Amino acid sequence: MPDRPRLTREQIAQRAALELPDGAYVNLGWGIPNLISDYLPAGITVYFHSENGILGMGRRARAGEEDFDLVDAMKVPVTLVPGASFFNQADAHLMTRGGHLDVAVLGGFQVSEKGDLANWKIPGAKGSGGIGGAMDIASGTKTVVVCMEHTTRDGAPKIVRECTYPLTGLRCVTTIVTDLAVIDVTPSGLTLREVAPQWTAGEVQQLTGANLNFNGTPPEMHLK
Amino acid sequence: MKQKIFSHIDAAIADVPDGARMMFGGFGGAGFPNNLIQALARKGTRDIFAISNNCGTRDGELGILFKLNRIRHIIASFPGPHSNHFQERLAAKEVTIELVPQGILCERMRAAAAGLLGFYTAVGVGTEVAAGKEERVIDGKRCILEMPIHADFAFIKAEKADELGNLTYRLAAQNFNPIMAMAAKTTIVEVEEIVPTGSIDPESVMTPAIFVHRIVQAKGIRYAG
Repeated sequence: MPDRPRLTREQIAQRAALELPDGAYVNLGWGIPNLISDYLPAGITVYFHSENGILGMGRRARAGEEDFDLVDAMKVPVTLVPGASFFNQADAHLMTRGGHLDVAVLGGFQVSEKGDLANWKIPGAKGSGGIGGAMDIASGTKTVVVCMEHTTRDGAPKIVRECTYPLTGLRCVTTIVTDLAVIDVTPSGLTLREVAPQWTAGEVQQLTGANLNFNGTPPEMHLK
Repeated sequence: MKQKIFSHIDAAIADVPDGARMMFGGFGGAGFPNNLIQALARKGTRDIFAISNNCGTRDGELGILFKLNRIRHIIASFPGPHSNHFQERLAAKEVTIELVPQGILCERMRAAAAGLLGFYTAVGVGTEVAAGKEERVIDGKRCILEMPIHADFAFIKAEKADELGNLTYRLAAQNFNPIMAMAAKTTIVEVEEIVPTGSIDPESVMTPAIFVHRIVQAKGIRYAG
């Protein structure tokens, strides 16, 4: 594997933040996606949705201002922005499953070339695993961005022809942002849109378990 | 007229039998009926069929019931990172679980509340949760049949009740509570405050009194996770 720096988790979040259009209603999943709210570009306003019944979540609560009836889906005390609203869990998921949100950013263990997502259970892991809101969100949201490392700790590709991990949803992923690339899922397969600084498209292809389409030299990943 | 207010929490749950199907509200530490759960633990009810988003947080929330081995089966969406008592019982095969996507868990309870006998959804198609479920194609979309989830009892948490049982919830602490209130035969609510009938503005009622059968004021444990 080439010995060159990859994007940090924060940089993946920073790049994924650029996928959020102004005014969008957005759900952020566990892991890297949860960092995105710190990296919204200037001039962009988005409304964060939480599956426990909040639209218009603001920043995390500071020490002393926490209210434990006002937490995000990761149980972290948060604040609200002006115009926020509360509702019950069924309506929160009516928003996800019913296609009312604009973008969801989820973590991932594997994404297939057809856009299948596996993100809730690692085969052989101890315990029950947990689905949470991921299947509803993946099923219904118009644009699903997955943030993850390009390969596992052992160097195996996480972008594959067919997922081998338990699935979250079929053909649900729109775009993948990794520490090496931005990749779009299209009807004709995966398109390599951007490549991390100092990496080549060929090197990214070698670390990917499915074919990547690209013309010439894809541009460098846009960070800030 | 039947009095819904119970002055003692143990009396409010005295008739919950062994083997009861029970819903428990709460999410992310907020809106859990912790005092009712503790009372159920004291009472010693066994072989509970539980329905809840998660499976306890250490000894808190449903954790105490798993610790005491009182739950035999649970329908849940996200057991949670601190559901150690549940995970131990699961490993020992003392409890079984049906994992359900969170929004589908909500809708299956709503279907029970609404007198619907099931519904089709694309959520879970091609995944483990589709196993054994009827699949068909509607509007060109693969979907699976999901069945209602009923319960004998719902234990829920609200901020305020009037004497009739009209409820309001605080911030994001409503989560599953209003849904479960509608889906169970007998809904028992613990509240911070009981106010005279008529003092909650009708426009502000979040769960209408028709869904609430027993009310108990319980200020003991607010956050147990």
